[in-house]
Amino acid sequence: MTDDAWFADLDPGDRAAAADRIREGSAESPADWPALAVEAGVSADEAEYYDRLRGATLAAGRAAASEREGAVDQQLVHAVRAMDDCRRQANELAERVAEWGGSRFEEAGTGVEYARELSGRDSGSVGVPASEASGGSSEPRSDGDRQVLALARQVVALDEEADALAEYIETSTPEVAPNLAAMAGPVLAARLLSLAGGLESLAKKPSGTVQVLGAEDALFAHLRGDAPSPKHGVIYTHDAVRGTRSEDRGSAARALAGKLAIAARVDYYGGDRRPGLQAELDERIAAIQARAEGGGGDE
Amino acid sequence: MSDLPEGIEQRSIGDETGLATRGPPAYGEPTDDTGWRRWNPRRSKLGAMIQSGMDTGLTGGETVLYLGAAAGTTVSHVADFAGPTYAVEFAARPVRDLLDVAEDRQRLFPLLKDARKPETYAHVVEPVDVIIQDVATRGQAEVALTNRGFLHEDGRLLLAVKARSEDVTADPETVFDEVVGTLESEYEVLERQRLEPYHADHLGVVARPR
Ligand SMILES: C[S@@+](CC[C@H](N)C(=O)[O-])C[C@H]1O[C@@H](n2cnc3c(N)ncnc32)[C@H](O)[C@@H]1O
Repeated sequence: MTDDAWFADLDPGDRAAAADRIREGSAESPADWPALAVEAGVSADEAEYYDRLRGATLAAGRAAASEREGAVDQQLVHAVRAMDDCRRQANELAERVAEWGGSRFEEAGTGVEYARELSGRDSGSVGVPASEASGGSSEPRSDGDRQVLALARQVVALDEEADALAEYIETSTPEVAPNLAAMAGPVLAARLLSLAGGLESLAKKPSGTVQVLGAEDALFAHLRGDAPSPKHGVIYTHDAVRGTRSEDRGSAARALAGKLAIAARVDYYGGDRRPGLQAELDERIAAIQARAEGGGGDE
Repeated sequence: MSDLPEGIEQRSIGDETGLATRGPPAYGEPTDDTGWRRWNPRRSKLGAMIQSGMDTGLTGGETVLYLGAAAGTTVSHVADFAGPTYAVEFAARPVRDLLDVAEDRQRLFPLLKDARKPETYAHVVEPVDVIIQDVATRGQAEVALTNRGFLHEDGRLLLAVKARSEDVTADPETVFDEVVGTLESEYEVLERQRLEPYHADHLGVVARPR
């Protein structure tokens, strides 16, 4: 029976091993471990036993917490940044592809979509004759063609990588921050985590800071006296802000930031889901948007 | 109202009189200069059970298994008046704060474990006098049943049931009846009481093993 005990066959001085045992061990049923430890001579008395247990459980808890934190919210911070990098590079390269491709192939296009179209053709069937300007060769497989198509495939690969990262973000964010993810949507939630540097620091930010996260440039310009204070940062992409007419967007952003800050705190400190937060936000935003109705303002 | 356990008192701290325990401050609660700190029943289901006069059978000094410790708000008070206290919580997020609370106390043992898998902490937790449970997730009765093996024959289960965790749309009373019904396969329910006005749609239950 004592074989299952967390302290069985442990070097009493080895706290890391004890912590591992706390984390990894198991037993079918509990037993009077303090008495057994004393009986087995592992601890001199119960007080000493509990002191040891205290050290071991604290160490186990700390290790498990940092492992899991490192494993999730920091991963999300990286994932969001990587997703943005992939998208930005895909778009930049796509412009190049469009410009180059437009000079060689008949139908031109723009953006990632055009690159996708080009990359779908196999290099043998590129044969739409190039425009007069490009020299009029009907030979489809010039080196130049091949280079453009290869570049287009890179654009598509980057874009697909960004999609895969978005998918990862969508499944992981609700695990780290369920309330924040539900209210902001997983991607915006992850962006906020990323801008703040993690859930803990987001949870510790006042809502006024959450409101302008991502608008740091504008904020500094304002502090220098060069610009009006920004009304919102990345939360601009949220429907509650975007869907509100411009003269009321400041109020909508403030209301949204307030609820998001609470959601982040609940996620960090508490853990349970609070569907009520969403209802409060909806109500508040509806009230703000209703201001437009009397005045017949824009959408 | 039943007698308060040793270590819990009604005290006036700041401009309010209410439950208090004596120990290191844990989460910014009001304190006085003799070491007492306010235990707000609005922030704690067990606090609400005690404040509303339920007979918890607590006397002070007992061994406790606490399921759903979160950041340690309630369990910090429990460790103040109880004996060795094992605090189980499975979410990594609040555990940092639970660790801070445990750091300040000598007999509060944090366990980052899933309360639905008692075998993963039975090698650490001894048989206890009291199980306090506040997990607020679906399957609250089942959690109490799977952990019954930790309870001494004459022990007590002090359970908070959150109706919305079982079914957001159902009438809370129906949910409570169902949870209590499930519980009764292995526990004898001694008392049940709604936790209003402190917690909406929560039920407090005192039970002992059959
Ligand atoms: C309402 S909160 C508890 C608040 C806490 N009892 C207090 O008063 O300070 C519910 C907690 O139970 C935890 N929980 C839910 N299911 C659990 C499980 N199966 N095992 C361990 N903890 C669980 C949640 O992560 C959450 O932190």
